[in-house]
Amino acid sequence: MDESRRQFLLGTGRWLVLTGAASIAWDAIVDGQPEQAPNYAMTDHWWGMVIDIEKCIGCGQCVRACKAENGVLLEADYFRTWVERYVVNPDDPEHPMVDSPNGGYDGFPDLPDMPANVKTFFVPKMCNHCADSPCVQVCPVGATFDSPDGVVLVDKERCLGCRYCVQACPYGCRYIDPRTNTVDKCTLCYHRITKGLTTACVEVCPTGARMLGDLKNPNDPIHEFLRTHKVQVLKPQMATGSKTYYNGLDGSVR
Amino acid sequence: MGKPPGNYSHLVRMATLFAVGLVVFLLGRSYFVPADFGRYGHYRAGALDDTRARPIAFAGQAACVECHSDVGDLRKTARHARVSCESCHGPLATHAAGDEPLKPLRPEGTVICVGCHLKSRSKPSGFPQIEVADHAGDNKCVECHNPHAPKIS
Repeated sequence: MDESRRQFLLGTGRWLVLTGAASIAWDAIVDGQPEQAPNYAMTDHWWGMVIDIEKCIGCGQCVRACKAENGVLLEADYFRTWVERYVVNPDDPEHPMVDSPNGGYDGFPDLPDMPANVKTFFVPKMCNHCADSPCVQVCPVGATFDSPDGVVLVDKERCLGCRYCVQACPYGCRYIDPRTNTVDKCTLCYHRITKGLTTACVEVCPTGARMLGDLKNPNDPIHEFLRTHKVQVLKPQMATGSKTYYNGLDGSVR
Repeated sequence: MGKPPGNYSHLVRMATLFAVGLVVFLLGRSYFVPADFGRYGHYRAGALDDTRARPIAFAGQAACVECHSDVGDLRKTARHARVSCESCHGPLATHAAGDEPLKPLRPEGTVICVGCHLKSRSKPSGFPQIEVADHAGDNKCVECHNPHAPKIS
């Protein structure tokens, strides 16, 4: 009796003081984690990625591993991560030639007729897990969202397949999965990073061109990397708050 | 100043209609909006657990060297030290969990070695690259190189 009265007073009092949504949010603040995640506190993490273009060899390991890990359709056009090859003429750096045969899944056969004076390199692409992502802002049903630990995820149960987010993403990181007619994208291997593993693409990258980082962990090597390298995000003018930092990013990359 | 002649039935009708509408709205809302919607933000909190529920395919380097410490030690100081096991041998979470006697891939050198080391102008110039025909002819990679500890001669 006493206990239930206390609970009632606590519950109502909190509701009155915090009102509605803030009261619900209080549960999350107190928990700091979803019920079924006793060992992983979402509020302790803020995930980001570093991609070192100067180390990428275009082998396609990340593309293959991503598809294997996440059950992505093997057909071309369905990628959560892919690799692009840039061929930049120094006389016209604003119009680079870009190709990505099968997303780099089978590697890159050398281009036979590449002129001698061009600059060429590989650029791995993936969801940038923006802090202010346009895709989250346009979703009409709350199916795509920023998780409390900074990962942009999709709720497959709520997604209508309306494709607004596919158009909104400035980086082209989303596609419609024809099996479910819902949107699909990189989850930053959320099922792995919440278990203390790294993402599949980082796991298999043979040159260390990709690095997963927890920006909230002061001991994470990502801080040292960001401090000692000149990094840039893709399309900074879009103000997406991208958390995928590129080292050695050429100005021609779109 | 007497009471104005009162017939409020039109107001009562409107109020009733409004109340019914409100009840229908609240019932509909509680039916269509999941209970955990809004717990962390404008989305269903359960979606986080749904995403996490996916089983892993790659066991991770730590799980591999737990058993295969001999290969782990051999690779430690070698040139391929930072290439993870599953980078060449494929995703092996089921193998690591011992659920099924899945045998790791023994990759074909002409595919896996060449996949990285084939000469390409787009690769960083410091990365060791070969023209297969000039470098090896018809020989297999493993005839000269141990993939776990390749030597540069």
